[in-house]
Amino acid sequence: MNPQKSNQPAQQYSYAYLDEQTKRMIRRSILKALAIPGYQVPFGSREMPVPYGWGTGGIQVTAALIGPDDVFKCIDQGADDTTNAVSIRQFFAKVADVATTEDTSEATIIQSRHRIPEKTLKQGQIMVMQVPQPEPLRTMEARETETRAMHAYEEYGVQYVSLYQSVAAHGRITIGATYPVMVNERYLMGPSPIPKFDNPKINQSEAIMLFGAGREKRIYAVPPHTDVRSLDFEDYPFEVQTWDEICALCGSEDSYLDEVVLDDQGNRMFVCSDTHHCSVRRDAGHAGPLAGHALGSAKEAAE
Amino acid sequence: MAYVAVKGGEAAIANAHRWLAEERRGDPSVPELDVTQIREQLSLAIDRVMCEGSCYDRDLAALAIKQARGDIQEAVFMIRAYRTTLPRFGASEPLNTVEMRAVRRVSAAFKDIPGGQVLGPTFDYTHRLLDFTLAANGGAEAPPALEAEEPQQYPMPNIGSVFAHEDLLESDAPTPDAPEPYDLTRQPMRFPAGRDQRLQALARGDEGFLLGLAYSGMRGWGNAHPLCGEIRYGDVSVEFVPEELGFPIEIGELLLTECVMITGSAQGGNKAPQYGRGYGLVFGHCERKSMSMAMIDIALKAADAGDAVNAPVKDEEFVLYHSDNVEASGFVQHLKLPHYVDFQAGLLTIRKLRAEYFERQRTAQEAQAAAPTATEELV
Repeated sequence: MNPQKSNQPAQQYSYAYLDEQTKRMIRRSILKALAIPGYQVPFGSREMPVPYGWGTGGIQVTAALIGPDDVFKCIDQGADDTTNAVSIRQFFAKVADVATTEDTSEATIIQSRHRIPEKTLKQGQIMVMQVPQPEPLRTMEARETETRAMHAYEEYGVQYVSLYQSVAAHGRITIGATYPVMVNERYLMGPSPIPKFDNPKINQSEAIMLFGAGREKRIYAVPPHTDVRSLDFEDYPFEVQTWDEICALCGSEDSYLDEVVLDDQGNRMFVCSDTHHCSVRRDAGHAGPLAGHALGSAKEAAE
Repeated sequence: MAYVAVKGGEAAIANAHRWLAEERRGDPSVPELDVTQIREQLSLAIDRVMCEGSCYDRDLAALAIKQARGDIQEAVFMIRAYRTTLPRFGASEPLNTVEMRAVRRVSAAFKDIPGGQVLGPTFDYTHRLLDFTLAANGGAEAPPALEAEEPQQYPMPNIGSVFAHEDLLESDAPTPDAPEPYDLTRQPMRFPAGRDQRLQALARGDEGFLLGLAYSGMRGWGNAHPLCGEIRYGDVSVEFVPEELGFPIEIGELLLTECVMITGSAQGGNKAPQYGRGYGLVFGHCERKSMSMAMIDIALKAADAGDAVNAPVKDEEFVLYHSDNVEASGFVQHLKLPHYVDFQAGLLTIRKLRAEYFERQRTAQEAQAAAPTATEELV
């Protein structure tokens, strides 16, 4: 183990950027968050060398956990090669001297913005979600002093009223992402802006789910094997997104699809949002209607 | 293809940064700016970067301004990100601004006050006419400033001492048994915020945001009509007690701007009527910001004292949560990051809703066509 290797020569930064005191403070906050599933723990979030809103909470959580033996995966919108994911992956490769991967099952820490990978996570893996707004009630109540009290008293009526208003106005619950969940039947939690498609992946997961909000200075968590229920009504049950189409590259019928605009004549193609999931399927011989399309090789071309 | 551009990846990022460096340098036939030139000749930009960056280092601020191509908020961000990595070896003694070596000090409350009105180097009363001799490569050397005929009074009494014998102005008495001041760089925002937490947040806050809030309070969004009791700027000694010595030693000087705003009308209640006080203290020479800070302090204190919270400037959650430009700039600009996964979720919903809408329209039209209309019957 040689943690100084990547940090020592050029810059005088600590291993994984944050100083040890700060990492200890963040670890204490993570432990508290795990002990009270779904509760937002205030923490002394620091300025990071990337802007607030670009993953500072996730980066701080990862920095507090990562060690030289970890294997780090970073995705944004499900893709390993989106610019911000590349930037954060390079950051940890540089300041933590850590191995990186695109392989979901190989990773020990997966930092993500907006998606949970399609492949079921296992014991020993940690999912770190970047969170822009940790407070699920914020759109209904602007004041932090109020929302903290609402959580303390488990006063979530306003959330159900909001869902009911959606049903009354549109005939359904129209929330597509950041769909509110109840954790361990106690705390209302925003699952970060993942599509509701990913909500069931948090329920009873074997992996540790950590949520870091840098700008808002909150950390929260779902420990393994915890009940996470997406809110709904008996007559309007929770359901996830479905598509009429399949992945044009790998033919997947059950993964979250991105819609890719091909021209301005209304032509579209649908491809897996989880790029690693898609490439694994293609390598295994699965093919969709547009298999061989340039999109499938975009990643290889960039490398 | 657009999608491939989104998936630009590592090579695209590296190329973008290389291009950025070229843009920063500008025309290579023009001599490169030296950080010392920035430090000496753009000193008010340096002050603002140090102030909002919460880090007093003129050379680093100059470097940040150069690297940020003059984008002050970007420079502030760089200084903050650097500052957060610095180890802490202690806290200084509280600064004594009465002993400031004032370069400028004016009071609007009295025609003259002990120590006098000292204009100092100020833009006030300059005519804002472009000086084209500066464009002609500097033109003639500026003549040096004149020396005063008499030395300035030192220490220069502050506005509090002027009012003290009548107790007309609310005092900011030191409270030796008060707990350690709140530190927003180590703890998250907490409400209700103490005055220590508020003043720290305001001192780090964005000058433009504070200015707008203070202005809104004067214009009717809040009932503030304060006057400037005193504004001064100059050097203040910083003292530190090293453990091995056990007594304070001077370790340096800070250039600070301090402002005391006085409420426009007497405050009373159960106490004898007196004027309220708002306080602003910032790094460097930033009069606009220190005045804004003091005015917001007054507005927030009025809300504490039971004034209706009926304007943004009186609402501490609104003021404190939105004054930090590093937070605000990052979050606003994160909207540039891809959001296509969430957008896809929204697209699915809106397409369903539209299909249902047109289905309802079609059904309604069919029903209308099948039944004779009321107007036809009337005809």
